[in-house]
Amino acid sequence: MSLLSNTSALLGKELRTEFRSRELLTTTVVFILMVIVLFSFTFDPTSAESRRFGPGLLWLAFLFAASLMLQPCFLREQTNDTLSALRLSVDDPFAIFLAKLTANTLFLLLTEFLLLPIFSVLYNVPVLPVLGWLILVLFLGSLGVSIAGTALSAISAQARMRELLLPLLLLPLLTPVLVASTEVTAALLDPSPYVQWKGIGFLAVFDVVFLTALWLFGEYLLEE
Amino acid sequence: MVRQVIAAVVVLLLMAFAAYAALFVAPTERSMGVIQRIFYLHVPSAWTAFTAFFICFLANLQYVFRRQPRWDWLAVASAEVGLAFTTVVLVTGPIWAHPVWGIWWTWDARLTSTFVLWLLYVSYLLLRTLIEEPDRRALLSALFGIFAFIDVPLVFGAIRWWRTQHPQPVILGAPGSGLHPTMRAVLFFCWIAMLGLMTLLLRQRYQLEAMRAELDIVRRESEAA
Repeated sequence: MSLLSNTSALLGKELRTEFRSRELLTTTVVFILMVIVLFSFTFDPTSAESRRFGPGLLWLAFLFAASLMLQPCFLREQTNDTLSALRLSVDDPFAIFLAKLTANTLFLLLTEFLLLPIFSVLYNVPVLPVLGWLILVLFLGSLGVSIAGTALSAISAQARMRELLLPLLLLPLLTPVLVASTEVTAALLDPSPYVQWKGIGFLAVFDVVFLTALWLFGEYLLEE
Repeated sequence: MVRQVIAAVVVLLLMAFAAYAALFVAPTERSMGVIQRIFYLHVPSAWTAFTAFFICFLANLQYVFRRQPRWDWLAVASAEVGLAFTTVVLVTGPIWAHPVWGIWWTWDARLTSTFVLWLLYVSYLLLRTLIEEPDRRALLSALFGIFAFIDVPLVFGAIRWWRTQHPQPVILGAPGSGLHPTMRAVLFFCWIAMLGLMTLLLRQRYQLEAMRAELDIVRRESEAA
């Protein structure tokens, strides 16, 4: 019970900090928008071509954006010297991770919801008919990105060259998420859309595996 | 010292026998011809790399729970050795693939996942160079090593499910697959030779790391004095 109340208190803190400045959200949205526009120059964005390349492009943009967005997650605590205070205020350090990864998932989903319609219009790919399923994939994928990303940002925050290090650690680790979510999204954006259960199940398994790993090893990541 | 020389000589002899067996004892494969013999370097290297990464994972776990520096030394030694063997796999693969498939590289399941595996352990070693303090470096890299190792089956699964061109496994593969008994014997002999080489390298690298740690302590003490 205390894990839940701790988590929700910390989650409130994370959301308050972000919504006061909205720094992360605005920069991430602009970054993804930039990637989407720049990608249009690398191939001929007709409807058929967009269906082929669009899903991968979209997830690659999300992944790169996430690897930048997750930077300040623990760095902020470190520069403000608030990590020890955080650790003392909770019984289980897992609550810190749970709060941060929930906040990161929410931020990612928010930027994705903002950019999905723009992507759909620019690349001429209708998303409305499969919106419900698309939200499920976005949720499972973003959750996986946030779980692994939150754990690794706790590592990279304690190293040199941290801005470069986080993408280097995170992106190879997220290969399974990229493959599975791209495949599921491609199936949904197909002219005759279908739900690829295999991919959805795979994403769920990834989330559960890494959440368990974080639960088991998270406390060591925050050792002073 | 004498023991190390003897061990090195034994491994060298094993490697020489393995090379002889791979080149002259094993029968020539019917459709691929001589180029198939690279298989005796390629596959044992892959198995040896996995063995090294598994040792790295166990050492990482041991370090997290016990906090003895020697587990960290073993972890970095096995990660480096595993990476070297993975590099052999990634280099010999295309050499075989070019005459047989007609292309150097294809984004197939096992090639791609081996490449991702290679990248994961490159980032592991990179992370180690970017943390100064030995205890913190050991702990954080051990944790990343654990996450990376957990990720490996997921990488394999994801890539394997969505595309494949690599020859199906010939050992413990589907029914109908299989090797000529001599080929199988040579393959396993080559693997044993490779494991011998791995053990030798691991030992050397471990001792180097131990000496480095000792030197580090002495240097700190002299700076403090």
